[in-house]
Amino acid sequence: MRHLKILEYALSSLLRRKYKNLSLVAVYAFTVSILASILFLTHALKREAVAVFSDAPDLIVQKVSAGRHDLIPTGYLDSIRTIAGVGDVHPRYWGYYFDAMTQSNFTFLGINENLAGLELVQGRMPAEKGECTIGQGVAQAQFTGVGDQLVLIDSRRRSISFRIVGIFDAASNLLSNDLVLMTQRGLREFFDFPSGRATDIVVEVYNPDEISTVAAKIKKMLPDTRPIAKAELFRTYDSVFNWRSGMMLTLFSAALVAFSILAWDKAAGISGDEKGEIGILKAVGWDIADILELKFWEGIVISLTALLVGLTVAFVHVFLFNAPLLTPVLKGWSVLFPTFRLTPYIDLYQVFVIALLTVTPYVACTVIPSWKAAVTDPEMVMRG
Amino acid sequence: MILHPGILALIVGSVLTFAMLLYAAVTGLGILMRWDLQSSSEEQLLMERKTSLISTLINYAFGFQILSLLLFLYTADQLHPQFVGAMCATGTLNANPAGWNVLFLKIILFFASAFWIAVNTLDQRAEDFPLIRPKYTALLFLTPLVGLDLYFQLRYFTGLHPEVITSCCGALFSERGFAIASGLAGLPPRPMMILFYGVLTTNLGITLLCRKTSSGAVRFLLASISVVTFFVGIASIVSFVSIYIYELPSHHCPFDILQQGYAFIGYPIYLTLFGGVFFGTLPGLFYPMKKIATLKELIERSEQRWILLSALLIGSFTALCSWPVVFGHFTLQGYL
Repeated sequence: MRHLKILEYALSSLLRRKYKNLSLVAVYAFTVSILASILFLTHALKREAVAVFSDAPDLIVQKVSAGRHDLIPTGYLDSIRTIAGVGDVHPRYWGYYFDAMTQSNFTFLGINENLAGLELVQGRMPAEKGECTIGQGVAQAQFTGVGDQLVLIDSRRRSISFRIVGIFDAASNLLSNDLVLMTQRGLREFFDFPSGRATDIVVEVYNPDEISTVAAKIKKMLPDTRPIAKAELFRTYDSVFNWRSGMMLTLFSAALVAFSILAWDKAAGISGDEKGEIGILKAVGWDIADILELKFWEGIVISLTALLVGLTVAFVHVFLFNAPLLTPVLKGWSVLFPTFRLTPYIDLYQVFVIALLTVTPYVACTVIPSWKAAVTDPEMVMRG
Repeated sequence: MILHPGILALIVGSVLTFAMLLYAAVTGLGILMRWDLQSSSEEQLLMERKTSLISTLINYAFGFQILSLLLFLYTADQLHPQFVGAMCATGTLNANPAGWNVLFLKIILFFASAFWIAVNTLDQRAEDFPLIRPKYTALLFLTPLVGLDLYFQLRYFTGLHPEVITSCCGALFSERGFAIASGLAGLPPRPMMILFYGVLTTNLGITLLCRKTSSGAVRFLLASISVVTFFVGIASIVSFVSIYIYELPSHHCPFDILQQGYAFIGYPIYLTLFGGVFFGTLPGLFYPMKKIATLKELIERSEQRWILLSALLIGSFTALCSWPVVFGHFTLQGYL
């Protein structure tokens, strides 16, 4: 009960100095919102990446020539098929295309029959050479729809037109936004692939525990290849995002330090009024411990308000506006990324991390000033 | 690796708490050397005022230490996909053996911090600072421990290399290994269950007895049985509780239960065990201090609360551990 009374007093005393405290809460909330935006955005991007890669092949085999990725001979398929435990092995044909008209990059993929897991919004998959199915981002960039023509410049500078037979939308927009699907034959002719070559080979491995063994066997059998396991992709993305968000957090730690200095200053520079108030409290019987508790509650109220406001601002910034201030740095691996919506999700762990990162410095900075205020001699104060 | 947000929070927090404790310890040392309650000099007055500053600083610092155990465990668990061969926190901790030092130090600090806060709360309520000397002497030992914790944390997180292949709980907590962990895992379930329920029933019995009598012997007994409960509790979690939760007779990991797949059930299990053990030891540890006149009444009043809390927490711990054993689909009939 006593604690509640002190809390009540703390609230009324905060309200009496509205503007001073509001300015502190505003800066505090701003700092929180920066940190929270970084963490929310990274986490959302990580989840998108996981969603995308959950359907990725177990093992991708690339050919490496002079340390660079090269087209892989389709003859390798038969060698890989001889390895025990290997299921379906098939070549993939894909490439990137820069569209000068819309100044954007498209990803081209030549499909074979068994491309599952994509929900067509309208239309169908390309069935013959002159047809294509495109992602919504491409459709918007080109102002086209189903039944229209998509005109592209091939590797011999001829313009080729494809009939759009479908526009699709996948579970994760990241996957299909810049995608142009065509038949394998169409793609090979468009890019002028040498015969008997594919972009890479995907390998299905029945037992997930055997993936690394199969990868090692492929590497031994075909020394000029580079097998990439799905788990490695996950791990790379995870550490890249962790590193990026950690880097951003470190950069913004300057803001945290600046905020801490402000908090210290606000707590240290108490006005004559406040001093008088504390003096009177002590004169009517408040203890140093009571005043410290009062200051503690003030700190809690300010911290919680700032955390709530900051988290809300970060949530709106990231999930409603797609983090316009941060995406260029955090997303940054693609040239063109038409807008995509992040799935709103808050991890309690992150809220906990944000709270620790911001509240701990605030508390550390205000302890000594509030103690100084608490030990003020009532008599000295009231004398003026 | 060091740039993971959780790691940053742990390190920033640890650096700040260590700085706060260092300041408190240095001031505390001055107080230890010149403290004289009889004197009414200006220096003594200033020191008396400073005790309130130190208490606040340390309450915050130790509060963070207690939270940081949870944060450390969760972060270790979060990091496991980074390491080949790691499936839970065990793998992450194995990736750099300094991690185990951090974990054990944090558990020690968890109890030490909680105990210090309890002593301090009582001491502040008494009028004549009766426990000021033992309190600040303890602080001189605890501060280096927090420093050590920071050091091992830095060494652990900077020494984490994702390319290292680690072994995880399947290897460490298997029945065929050599370490203590596999010794725990190899404990046969049936005798372990008898021991577990035996110890817990004794514990609850003594707790109830404590509420009835004010005898010192019973309180010491409660403190001792609480310590026994701690070790038996941990051993039982590894030996049979984990098996029932995973519904897999060969899986003994005490860290997997902290994962989302098991509804984070590990956190309440460990928190109730740690909390119950802590409150169970308090009446015994404070009993000798009843000799101090100003503390006697305070201790007697708080004691009843501690005993009640201990009973509640140990009771919840028993319920949480027994739930999968009693109501789960899984039975160990073939193994018992």
